[in-house]
Amino acid sequence: MKGFALLALLAMVIALSWYNWPATPAPWTDAKVEILKSLSIDSLEPLPGDPTNAVADDPRAAELGHALFFDARLSANGSISCSTCHQPERRFTDGLAKGQAIGTSKRNTPSIVGTAYSPWLYWDGRRDSQWSQALSPLEDSNEHGTTRSQVVGVLLDDPAYGETYREMFGDLPDPTNDEAINTAFANMGKAIAAYERLLQAGPSRFDAYVAAVVAGDDTKQAELYSDDEVVGLQLFIGAANCTQCHNGPLFANNEFHNTGVISFPGELPDKGRAIGVREVTANVFSCDGPYSDDSNRVCPELEYVRTGPELIAAFRTPSLRNLENTAPFMHKGQIATLFAVLEHYNEAPLAMIGHNEAKPLKLRDSDLRQLEAFLFTLSAPLATDELWLRAPSIDIANDRGQSEQR
Amino acid sequence: MIGKTLSALALCLLLGSAQTDDVSWTSQRGFFVVSYQSELEPLQINRLHAWVLHIENAAGEAVVGAQVEASGGMPVHNHGLPTRPRVTAEIGNGDYRLDGIRFHMAGEWEITISISGDDKTDMVVVAVTL
Repeated sequence: MKGFALLALLAMVIALSWYNWPATPAPWTDAKVEILKSLSIDSLEPLPGDPTNAVADDPRAAELGHALFFDARLSANGSISCSTCHQPERRFTDGLAKGQAIGTSKRNTPSIVGTAYSPWLYWDGRRDSQWSQALSPLEDSNEHGTTRSQVVGVLLDDPAYGETYREMFGDLPDPTNDEAINTAFANMGKAIAAYERLLQAGPSRFDAYVAAVVAGDDTKQAELYSDDEVVGLQLFIGAANCTQCHNGPLFANNEFHNTGVISFPGELPDKGRAIGVREVTANVFSCDGPYSDDSNRVCPELEYVRTGPELIAAFRTPSLRNLENTAPFMHKGQIATLFAVLEHYNEAPLAMIGHNEAKPLKLRDSDLRQLEAFLFTLSAPLATDELWLRAPSIDIANDRGQSEQR
Repeated sequence: MIGKTLSALALCLLLGSAQTDDVSWTSQRGFFVVSYQSELEPLQINRLHAWVLHIENAAGEAVVGAQVEASGGMPVHNHGLPTRPRVTAEIGNGDYRLDGIRFHMAGEWEITISISGDDKTDMVVVAVTL
């Protein structure tokens, strides 16, 4: 009897050890190396232009947009700027489940980094350009809580803004003319977008590791990645199915997926893209609207946009670069830690509404730890001059001159 | 020299067009044979692009003036395309431009093409692997 108990105990210890024993890396096959290359930042294409925004790549617009981004005068109480929720030190997120400004925002604050590459903005894609997105929080009563005439009023009251504005867009608007206010409001969004286009992900340890794999440099690979990180990466592109949505060099397909994230207790499930697609096709500041600078109104994203029941509770895939310092996660900040997000995908619970596209992964805790270890190797300083990552100083032009000399 | 270059160029073009025209799909009831040429070659994920569909009847003649519709998805994942592609032009000689295609993940996709032409209606499923 005693022998049996000992045997049972031994079996239990072996089973538990297996469950928690980290797997070891497998050699990289040619097919896997191709997947690694597709995820490397070296595969990121140059940022395409935005035909709807004539000043998208105008440095003067970026400078004006930088100032507007940090300007708390663009709010009902004079204390909220874009940077209140999109904090540069937190990769342009805020560390909260939902943004806190004039009131509480409906969703988690997403990062802005790399969003110039996305055809859709917001968790539900309810805007189709950075400039039209930038306008929306200004008029949201829970966010900046202001009106477009108040926003344009700031432009009219500030001589420095006015001068830059005139250089790019011509005469300042007549504040009694609604149409002129709308145009100036859209132009201010375009300036903010010119700034946001500069916020781009930089090369991470992951990218250096991929380069070492491609070069067949074993020593360098071992220097760059621990065994756990290698296995985490192998799970990421293999059994964990992450690259189904988190693909390409920004680890995001920018499409909409229902992954069964449960609402906060007491909150109704969020319909996500099902509502977002209606908003974006009706929005006056969209690609095909009167404020777009593309006179041909070539808007394939809107023209071929998908609707239908698959979009219920579907949310846009966020980039996985720079997750560090960006918790909590998911569209309403429902999940507090990255490990808990991995547990969520491992379980793939039934969706509250719509259909969860993800399937249970049946991975072990040790596998999830390795995945987590890998994901943190995607963090890196942005590929953006430090000057853009803080509020502009009065002598910003001079600062920039010095930076170029460095 | 110029002649040689032109011949080489023509050969390249022939080989290039042969890549996708090599493969064709017969519709379920056998009325049509469909092949496609993608403007994005090789196919890649996350890129909005167009195809030119070439439709012939069972006798190998180009089908003109057909109504052509397309939809698609990943049967294994039970989800559709991220876009709603549409035939935007009939180019002639049985060619139809299908715009607004995007694949947002690697794997096995199916594009279902419904054709009404030559007084017949049929559908064909084109398998695409990315």
